Amino acid sequence: MTVIDNNIQQIRTDLVQMWTLVINQMEKARLALINGDKNLAREVRMNEKRVDAFELKLDMDSENVLMLKNPVAIDLRFILSVLKINYNLERIGDYANAIAKVAEHANGPMPEDILQPTHLPEMFFTAQSMLQESLYAFEKSDRNHVNVLFGMDEKLDKPNNNANVIISQLIKEKPDDTMLILEALSIMRKLERTGDHILNVAEELIFYFDAIVIKHSKIHKNQ
Amino acid sequence: MTQAEAKNVNVWYDSFQALKDISMTFEPNTVTALIGPSGCGKSTFLRLFNRMNDLIPLFRVEGLVTVNGQNVYSKDIRLDEMRKKVGMVFQKPNPFPKSIFENVAYGLRVNGISNRKEIEETVERSLKQAALWDEVKDSLKKSAMELSGGQQQRLCIARALAVQPKLILMDEPASALDPISTNRIEELIFELKKDYTIIIVTHNLQQAGRISDATAFFYLGELVEFNLTKKIFLNPDNERTQNYITGRFG
Repeated sequence: MTVIDNNIQQIRTDLVQMWTLVINQMEKARLALINGDKNLAREVRMNEKRVDAFELKLDMDSENVLMLKNPVAIDLRFILSVLKINYNLERIGDYANAIAKVAEHANGPMPEDILQPTHLPEMFFTAQSMLQESLYAFEKSDRNHVNVLFGMDEKLDKPNNNANVIISQLIKEKPDDTMLILEALSIMRKLERTGDHILNVAEELIFYFDAIVIKHSKIHKNQ
Repeated sequence: MTQAEAKNVNVWYDSFQALKDISMTFEPNTVTALIGPSGCGKSTFLRLFNRMNDLIPLFRVEGLVTVNGQNVYSKDIRLDEMRKKVGMVFQKPNPFPKSIFENVAYGLRVNGISNRKEIEETVERSLKQAALWDEVKDSLKKSAMELSGGQQQRLCIARALAVQPKLILMDEPASALDPISTNRIEELIFELKKDYTIIIVTHNLQQAGRISDATAFFYLGELVEFNLTKKIFLNPDNERTQNYITGRFG
């Protein structure tokens, strides 16, 4: 094993740990919101510091490899991808933290008559599935799993695109819950953005696997 | 028009086959880096273009090697004429034990040029092209041996340029130099590309990445991969190339 192999293996291990942590953060944020579990919400908020620490460590370790090891070919693509995946995971971690903050300050579980019309359970399910699939694709170097992600994102876009209509209708029906309904809207937006960040990750995985840049490309998706 | 070409070239040293069916073309005004482990045949390949391998006992070549469309190994070729078109710079600077001026003028005099004005103009132009003029213009009569290693190497490049070659061969031209002198040579290669075609053998992969347009990876006498340098260093097609450039060879 060469020195750069050791560096890359360490970065890979740290990135998988960060990815897993972010997946857990999103799941705990969901449970805290749905069950009104303030302790779980606080745990997510505490763990946000761990997500940030992973981001800093991965940035630093990746920069060191670039600076000292002159990576080329697949090593270079790996490091360039890690830098961007790392950034996107950290942003998803921020969204989990923000959702947990809503749960922490709520007076109880998010009511079913707000959860269901806003499609939040389905949106959580899709966003979390996308996170799991993206991690699987990275760990197994499986391009097919990357392609799956592009189709899944549409399930987040659709409710988000109808959000204004859904929310205004809900406010008319339940004016006393306006604040809670607006919180639900902000969570819808965050889950939709989570999907966008996972697509950014997917683009980086394609660059890492195949050296193809599909960013801002219409060919995208199913190639 | 292609500046130089090798077509189905095989080389033997006695019974040892040093190059196996190599075909490559070199476009004008490009820098091509030849990389590969020691003994892979890259220097042998480089030296085909000015027939320096002819000096090695039991050397034998088959296939076509051309410079400017002319078969370098044609029986009726004039070796001195051919070598005027192909300059060479070696790993270790090898100035003649003469003055700076005479080092550059040497090739001109050997080629029968005796007009002093023409020689002076050519020496000045060559030293300027080699980015050495400003450093030596006031000491042209000084011995070349008094120059630093980096200056000596640029003097050798000026000497090669004086006879106005079409093709410049460089065999690890910066491997014996410090980083500052190496940087000067690399900048010079980049400048010379505007007027010349350059083939360079280097063990420094970062150098190949910095200065070359195309890169060829040789291994055990075979041309494993020849492509744009950016392609080779980002996404090589061949696994052996990737293993070599990422240091996972063998």
